[in-house]
This record gives sequence, C-alpha cells and structure tokens, in this order.
Amino acid sequence: MTAVAAHHDHHDDHHHAPHGLKRWLFSTNHKDIGTLYLWFSFAMFMVGGFMALVIRAELMYPGMQVVDPEFFNQMTTVHGLIMVFGAVMPATVGLANWMIPLMIGAPDMALPRMNNWSFWILPFAFTILIGAVLMSAFGDGNPSAPNFGWTFYAPLSTKYGPASTDLFILSVHMMGISSIMGAINVIVTVLNMRAPGMTMMKMPLFVWTWLITAFLLVAVMPVLAGAVTMMLTDRHFGTSFFDAAGGGDPVLFQHIFWFFGHPEVYIMILPSFGIVSAIIPTFARKHLFGYASMVYATASIALLSFVVWAHHMFTVGMPLAGTLFFMYMTMLISVPTGVKVFNWVATMWRGSLTFELPMKWALAFVVLFTCGGLSGLMLALTPVDFQYHDTYFVVAHFHYVLVSGAIFSIFAAAYYWLPKWSGVMPNTFLGELHFWNSLLSVNLLFFPMHFVGLAGMPRRYADYALQFADYNWWISVGAFWFGISQLLFVAVCVLCAMKKGKKAEAAPWEGAEGLEWTVPSPAPFHTFDTPPVIK
Amino acid sequence: MQSTLFRRVTAALTLLLVSGVSVASDWTERSNVNLRPGVTDISQDVFGLHVAILWVVSVIGLAVFGLIMYSAVAHRRSKRPQAATFHEHVGVEIAWTVIPFIILIFMAVPATRVLIAMDDSAESELTVKVTGYRWNWSYEYLTYQDDNDVGVFFFSNLKTPAEQYHTPVLKNGLFPYGTAADRFGVEPEEKDHNYMLAVDKPLILPAGVKVRFLVTADDVIHSFFMPDFAIKKDAIPGFVNEAWTVVPEDATGIYYGQCAELCGKNHAFMPIEVHVVAKEEFDTWIAEEKEKAASGPDLTPFANLEAAMALGKEKYNAACVLCHGAEGQGGIGLPFAGTELMNDSARIQENIDVLIKGRNAMPSFAAQLTPRDIAAVITYQRNAFGNETGDLIQPADVAK
Amino acid sequence: MSELNDLEQRNNRVLRKLVIGSVLMFGFAFAMVPLYDVLCDITGLNGKTSDTAASGEVQMDEDRLVTVQFVTTSSGGMVWDFTPQVRSVKVHPGEITQVNFQVKNPADHTIIGQAIPSVSPGLAAPHLLKTQCFCFDNQTLLAGGEADMPMIFYLDPALPKHINTITLSYAMFDVTERVTGNKDKLAAR
Ligand code: HEM
Ligand SMILES: [Cu+2]
Ligand SMILES: [Cu+2]
Repeated sequence: MTAVAAHHDHHDDHHHAPHGLKRWLFSTNHKDIGTLYLWFSFAMFMVGGFMALVIRAELMYPGMQVVDPEFFNQMTTVHGLIMVFGAVMPATVGLANWMIPLMIGAPDMALPRMNNWSFWILPFAFTILIGAVLMSAFGDGNPSAPNFGWTFYAPLSTKYGPASTDLFILSVHMMGISSIMGAINVIVTVLNMRAPGMTMMKMPLFVWTWLITAFLLVAVMPVLAGAVTMMLTDRHFGTSFFDAAGGGDPVLFQHIFWFFGHPEVYIMILPSFGIVSAIIPTFARKHLFGYASMVYATASIALLSFVVWAHHMFTVGMPLAGTLFFMYMTMLISVPTGVKVFNWVATMWRGSLTFELPMKWALAFVVLFTCGGLSGLMLALTPVDFQYHDTYFVVAHFHYVLVSGAIFSIFAAAYYWLPKWSGVMPNTFLGELHFWNSLLSVNLLFFPMHFVGLAGMPRRYADYALQFADYNWWISVGAFWFGISQLLFVAVCVLCAMKKGKKAEAAPWEGAEGLEWTVPSPAPFHTFDTPPVIK
Repeated sequence: MQSTLFRRVTAALTLLLVSGVSVASDWTERSNVNLRPGVTDISQDVFGLHVAILWVVSVIGLAVFGLIMYSAVAHRRSKRPQAATFHEHVGVEIAWTVIPFIILIFMAVPATRVLIAMDDSAESELTVKVTGYRWNWSYEYLTYQDDNDVGVFFFSNLKTPAEQYHTPVLKNGLFPYGTAADRFGVEPEEKDHNYMLAVDKPLILPAGVKVRFLVTADDVIHSFFMPDFAIKKDAIPGFVNEAWTVVPEDATGIYYGQCAELCGKNHAFMPIEVHVVAKEEFDTWIAEEKEKAASGPDLTPFANLEAAMALGKEKYNAACVLCHGAEGQGGIGLPFAGTELMNDSARIQENIDVLIKGRNAMPSFAAQLTPRDIAAVITYQRNAFGNETGDLIQPADVAK
Repeated sequence: MSELNDLEQRNNRVLRKLVIGSVLMFGFAFAMVPLYDVLCDITGLNGKTSDTAASGEVQMDEDRLVTVQFVTTSSGGMVWDFTPQVRSVKVHPGEITQVNFQVKNPADHTIIGQAIPSVSPGLAAPHLLKTQCFCFDNQTLLAGGEADMPMIFYLDPALPKHINTITLSYAMFDVTERVTGNKDKLAAR
C-alpha cells in the first residue's frame, strides 16, 4: 500500500518510473511485475519447447537415434514441469497482474511487495530444476535429472528416484509458494480494491475466472507441497507414507497428487475462459451472452474439480462403487464446460464480426479446446478409459486443452492487450503468419496422436513398435513446424518492446469495452490513482 | 556424417513405407487409426462403447463447429454492420444444460453395465500371477482347474536384439543408447515385424477358459496392458490387483501388449506377448512345464565353449543387455569389456556370487535364470567383448 | 490517510484468512493419510487388511464354502524363499483356520523381513480377519535360517455373497536398513 500512498500525486507519469536493473529487481508496480511474468513464462515456453523437440526428434523414427531412454525420460519429465509451472501458470499470473487492476479500476495490486517476491522466487526455482538437467546433460547422465514424469508417482520418485529428486522437491516447494502468494494477492485485490461502483457482478469475466482460479490455487498448491514434503521425509527421514514395505501405500500418493492435479488443470484453463470471454464480445460487437451463467458455470466447474480426481487412476484397481462415482462426476463436469462453449457461440451469433488477430486466436481456441473437451468426455467413460489410459490418446487430449487451449488463449490475450502494454500495434503480417502456421502445425502435431493412442501406443515411450511409425513421423514434422513458428511470436514481441509499429490509440479495438481501454496506450506507470467512476 | 545421416533417413523412410503396408497387419488384423476391437466379449463391448461415444462427440463437435463457421460467415461485419443486442435467453440456456445431461445419462448406462461385467472375476479356471519388474515380466501359473499348485514360473524378456534399436545418429551425442561410438555408422539391422513386441518366452493361455490375472510388481508401479483383451491393470509393489479374460475358442493366436506405466529407463522395452492356444494344446504344455519344474534344474554340462557361448549370448541379450550394453560397454550397470573382474580367472566365484545374490543396484538373477543359464552367461561375459579368458563355467559350478 | 489505513487493515484481514487457509490445506494433505486408511478399512480400498488381531468370535456359516488362495512374493531385492505351505484352502465363513508360511534366508547375513498383506478382490479385505499373523510384526532370520510362520484367520460371515474366491497375497520386503538405520545399501536408482 505504501507505493500507492507515496505516488499519490503524479498521475500518468512515465518519467518517474525507476530505471535500470533496480526497476525490475525491486519493482512493486503491477505492470512491471506483469511484464516480468510474461517474459519469464515466454522464456520457459521456449525452453520447454526445446525439450519437446528433443523428444520428438527421438520419436520421429523407431529405434534409439538421438538420446538415451534415460535422458528421454528426463526430457518428458522436465518438459511437463516447465510447461505447467513455468509457462502456462506464470503467463496467466502475468496477465492477472497487468489486467486485473486495470479492469477493476485499482491503482495497483493490494500487496505489491508480496507481488515482487512471488515473481522473483520463480527464476530461482527454475534455475534449480534446469540446473539438474544441465548437470545430467553435460555429465553423461550422471547424476540423473528428475526422470519420473511430471506426475512423479511413488515409488519411482521416492525409493527409486535419482539424487536430484531433492532438488526437484525444493524447486516444487518454491513454485508452490510463488503461486500461493500470487493467488492471495489476486483474491485480496479483487475483494478489496475494486473502484466504487464496481460490484462483483459487474466485473469482467476475466477477473471472475481469475478470482476462482486463485481460490483453487490456495486450496490445492498446499496439497502439492504436502505431497512433496512426504516424499522428502520418505526419502530421508525414515517415514513410509508411500512405501509398502513400511506399511504405506504408493496409491495414496496418486490420490494426493491428483487431488491437487485435477484442480490444477482447471487452474490452467479458467483464466483462458476469461480471456476468450473478453475477446469474443469485442469483435462480435455484442455483449457476452449469459454473463451470469458463465460465472456460475465457472464456479461449478471449480467445485466439481475437487471430486473427479480419481479419473486419472481408474486402472489402479478401485472398488466398483468408487469407480462409478468418479465416472459420473467426470461426466457431469463436462456439462458446465459445454455451457461455456455454447455461450461463446451464442455471443458470436448475429453479431457484427471482424477477425483481427486476437479474434482469430480466440476462435481457434474455442474450436480446438472443444476438441479436447470432447476427448475428455470419451476418457470419462471408465471401461473405454482402460484402453485410452496412459496412451497417446491422453497425450492428445491434454495437449488439445493445454496447447491449443490455454496457450492459444494466452496468445490471443497477448495480441489483444499488447497495444495497451507497449503502445504499438503488434505487427499484423508477422502475426498472421504466426497464427496460420501455429493453427495448421498444432493439428498436424496433436491430431495424429489420437490415432497412435487408439492403436495402442503407450505414452512416455522412448521407442515403439513399427506400426506406429508413420504417424509418429508426421507428429514430429508437426512439432518442428510448430516450434519454429513460435519464433515469429518472438519477433512480434520484440518489435512491440522496441516500440516499432503503428502507434496504438487508447482504445484500439473499436468494439472493446472495459476500464483498461479508458487509460492511454501504453498504460502509464500509474493508473487509477483516483478511482474511475463506474456507470 | 552428413551422408550417413542421409542414408539413415532414406533407409528409415523406406522402412516406413514398408511398415505402413505389411507390418500394420502383423499385430492382429487391425486399423492403426481407430481403437482395436480386440477378441474378447468384453473388449468388443468396450469397442462398442468407444464407437458410440465417438459418434456422440463427433456429432456434438460438428454441430458446434458448424454453428461457429456459419456465424463467422453469415454474421461478419460486411454482411451485418449492426450487431443484435440480445445477451440472455433462459430457454436456450436451460436447453443446453439439460440436453447434454440427458445424453450423458444415455452414455452412462451402458458404461456402467460394461464396468460391472468387467468387475466379475468369479468362476475362473486358471489363475496366473503377473509380476512387473524393471524391466521385464514374470508369469506364475498358480491354479488350473482342480490343480491348485501348478508351480510353473518363468520370466519373459524383450527379444528384439539391441542392434535393431541401437541406431545412433550422433557420434558423441546426447547419450545415444549405451555409448554411440561403437554403433555409429554401422548399418542398422532391418527391424523385425514384431520389433519391440516379441519376447523370449511368451505367456501361454488356453482359449475358451476364464483366466484370472493377479497383477503385482516387484519394484515400482508398472501396468499390464493387453489392448486385445481390454485389460489395463496397474502392477503395484506390495499389492495385488485382479483382471480376467476369456479368449474365445476360435481366437487362438498371438497377442501383444506393453507396459503402460512409466517405470524408469527401459519402460518401453518390456512388452507382453501372449500365445492363446487350443485347450488341449495348453494342457499338454502345462503338464510338460510342470514336470520340468518338478525335476529340478537342468545341470547337463556344456560339451564345449561354443555351446556355452551360444546359450550365453542368447541369455545375455535377454537379461543383461539393457543395463550392461550389447558390447559390454556398461550403462546403468558396470562395463565388462576388458575389466578386471571379467579377465581374472581367480575371481570367477565372485562373478557367480554377484549374479546369484545381486550387488547394490544389480538385482539377483537366481529366480530369473537357471544355473545352466547363469553358467552360460558368465562364460559369455568372460569370452566376449574382447575378453579372452577361455574360462568355461559349468552348471554344477553354479548350483553348489 | 485513514481511508488508506482502513484499506490496509481490510487487506491484512483477508491475507490472514488466506494464509491460514493455505496452512490448513497443507495440513489437509497429511490428514489424507489417516483418512485414506479409514476409508480403506471400511471399503477395502486397495485390498488392505487390518494390521491388528481380531477377536475371533463369530457364528460359522456351514452352508457356504469359500476358496482362499495364498500368494507370496519376495519384493524389491528381498532374497528370502517365501512360500505358503498350502496354496489354497476351502473354508466356511466363521471357521477359524491356520495356515503356515515357510521362509528361508539363503543369504550370508541376518535379514529382517516385513510381510505386507493384500487381498483381492478388495471388497473382501475388511471381511478377512486374522487373529494371529506373522505380518503384524517384522521377522528376523539369521544367515541360512529357516522358519515356519503361522497365520490364523477366519472369514466374516458378512462377506458379500458374490465373492467365492479370495486371494490373500503377502509381499515380503527386506526392511533391515529401515529397522537398523543402516543406509549404505540404498540403491541409487
Ligand atoms: C470436459 C472436460 C474434461 C474432461 C471430462 C476430462 C477428462 C479427463 C480424464 C478422464 C483424464 C484421464 C485420462 C487418463 O489418464 O486415462 C484426463 C486427463 C487429463 N486432462 Fe482432462 N478432461 C477435461 C478437460 C480438461 C481440461 C480443461 C484440461 C486442462 C486445461 C485437462 C487436462 C488434462 C490433463 C493435463 C490430463 C493428463 C494428466 C496426465 O496424466 O499427465 N482436461 N482428462
Ligand atoms: Cu482430471
Ligand atoms: Cu513400464
């Protein structure tokens, strides 16, 4: 709060922003911290993407050509961890930092110093994790980096985990603390810092979805922390939470992990729902259809997400009654998800549509996310899930919802708000190239995974039987195409950062509504020091 | 380097073309796009459910995408400069909540039915205990009809030779399997049709008999995945899980499966091969195996070094190669090529002890290999990879 | 100014609640351990049997005969030979039965073993009651030692009607390091 008090008197003034390294290291400004989060997550996206390409290079042909299966496992593990905790989550936190105060008419986040910490923990957490990989890569695989999958099932990660597992545990603890602090900040900001007249049911949907996400984070990140703490004591302090030999149970680990893990997947997608719900009305020039039902659908998805976790573990051998319960609940959760999709379609319906870049990404999101949701519905049917589980079909499912879902929506958000962040319009030519290449390649990359999955190719396989060969080749081609296409986005962002491009007006998208468009572009260092008036 | 890479790529591409047509039919007659119907009643029920839900989601998906496409074209600004203003409609909102709900109930009913059928493992005639290890499976026949102590037990290892999968394209690259240098530039061997699927000793099952599997694991979690029987059951150390199948009498043949839960380095290298044979054939086979098991280990001495080496190579490639490398170059395990332990004839006993009792990360092979196998493997280790001790170890040396 | 202090106070109040909430959720992760055990006891989730002795006083149901199979595994590097004396028995629910298991330690040093029971189908687990079992405690065998270990059990007549075969599996683990605190044998991978 002190930051707000001290700068009370200078409105939209660039020049009083601190300069140099210190500006970023000690920043308590929500826009600067948002920017840090966004650049950081983009860097992690590239690192994690590089690891994915190592995986795809190995899988292009049957046989072991490029890496050792042990290193292959390290790649799948760290790729997953980096993409979940380093790319998608920090990107949405960055968006929250930038946009929530602007959207609710607040001068900054409620707890600016905590905001600084929650960001600056992350680079250290990921240095530790990536350091483990580098040690392994340059030490001929010795010591091994974490190699037990992003789900780190015991006892593979406890009794049989490599020495670097302890680094992994430390790193996960740090990521957890960072997310919890970020989430607390969002909740306090949304509850207390709204401008007068900004009632809860007037908040943009992005604020709503993030508020609910933040509650999910506060509820389940500590559970993840608990799980890794138990791993640590199992490994070094003689407990046996997950070790059958000492009376523990490895399946218990999975229950705890997925109690965190399923809400976690919604943590990654709910902010995307908010983004898309901001963009589609803008370019349809029409209000969001069913605002209230969107809020309720989001809330019910969040609540249901606590009672579906065991759909990730149908094959561990649960009693019939338990299996049936989790099957029904999982089927149920697709109803509110469907409601959201229908609402977006109805928002477009009889609008006056234009297809600027953010809208293109948002529409791609709706279509491809729906594909992922529909395969989710297939996975919910337990008897068939026995066939799908732990095959490439599941890999296809969650990449449709996470890559062409969460990440596409983050691109949509970037193209939508970059004018506000940087003051220049993103380069349309590069942006179009980026969009079309990504759209085509992402489908070449992930659609055939359904086929090899159904045909029976298990996931996390370093080598495979010959009948999977054809599709794996195409998948790898798609992967390299998709990977290279993202370099176009680097160019778009760098151009904006260098202020090269058409100057953006305060409200560059004609259909857009919301407080963020009432401040100049680029948004000045301080905004809404005097609360805006809300009609 | 360039040209080798190029040759490799073309070779692999050719292989791909071939694999597309001929290999696809090898893993039973099947599509490589859709789920496999499998051969049991249950797996066909599951396939039916899959087709039904695939239709449901396809229709819903196409309807939604159709509406989006239509709207994108018909409601674009050049056609409709002025947007409509509605943003609520209780009727449709209720409809698109309730209708999906009803569709789901229609899907849940048959799914529940199949699930209940799958759960009923009663009245089985054959019980097989399946144990997952890093990285192979073992099978133990426990009961068969009235015989409640069959006692037939064996391990089942990947048969694909290392030369077929160890095909590095980088010389000192990022950890090509084992070490790259020894295989780099060597023409890759043509891959078998059942590459990465065939094993040295398959699981034999009778057709038309209800078989119950008790699935467990020795070390970490594995998963016993037989797509053609619609079985996937996690193998959890310390716990047993049940699964069952009846393969119809007219469906004798070879079926493959794989480990479906990440279990460490060689997770992809522990396939499952099942031979389903007519019941009479099975009865003869099991009787023979039982007799073999009862008569104790085969201690017939090797006639000469060559005989021991031949068996040794086979066993080495099945049991040791994944950790110690095809050329004895080491990996997870220690190297053998030119090492002291392998070349000092005074240390043969130590060599035997390590195999029987295990040492550190090296497991004991007493259960997996017979004394004759162990003698052969040790003979092989000490006379291959450039080692030339001439030591011939006999089964009796091991059995004592 | 007072307005600001007021806001700060409100912020701190929410902050405090959320911090407490997240600490509670951290605790909840640990609470899931006993909760899970209770759930297992009631439902037989994961086929765990009770690790304490049962009283053994129930009515015998002579009309029903259930097959109980015994399966043994030496897990994760355990070198003992571990076998049931009989592979299966047929019992009436309520009938008290003793089965012996034989163990032999072929190693040249003392090993402490712990047997972990698991029952399939899991639903039967709460109905398989043991009055005495070698799995209640760990077992020590000297180098080359042998032992016959008794297990006395009965089936609860409330065992669901459709269950006619029960498999009782014991996995024997080497817990020497765990018990003696000697860690240098711990495998790296
Ligand atoms: C209609 C809604 C959805 C349903 C019914 C659904 C259902 C499922 C089911 C049953 C599984 C387990 C499959 C298996 O392992 O056998 C699964 C896996 C997964 N889902 Fe979904 N899902 C839905 C939406 C989402 C969304 C929105 C996300 C994230 C943005 C997501 C992310 C994931 C991930 C990451 C996994 C795999 C985790 C792993 O094993 O590594 N799902 N889903
Ligand atoms: Cu889930
Ligand atoms: Cu595996």
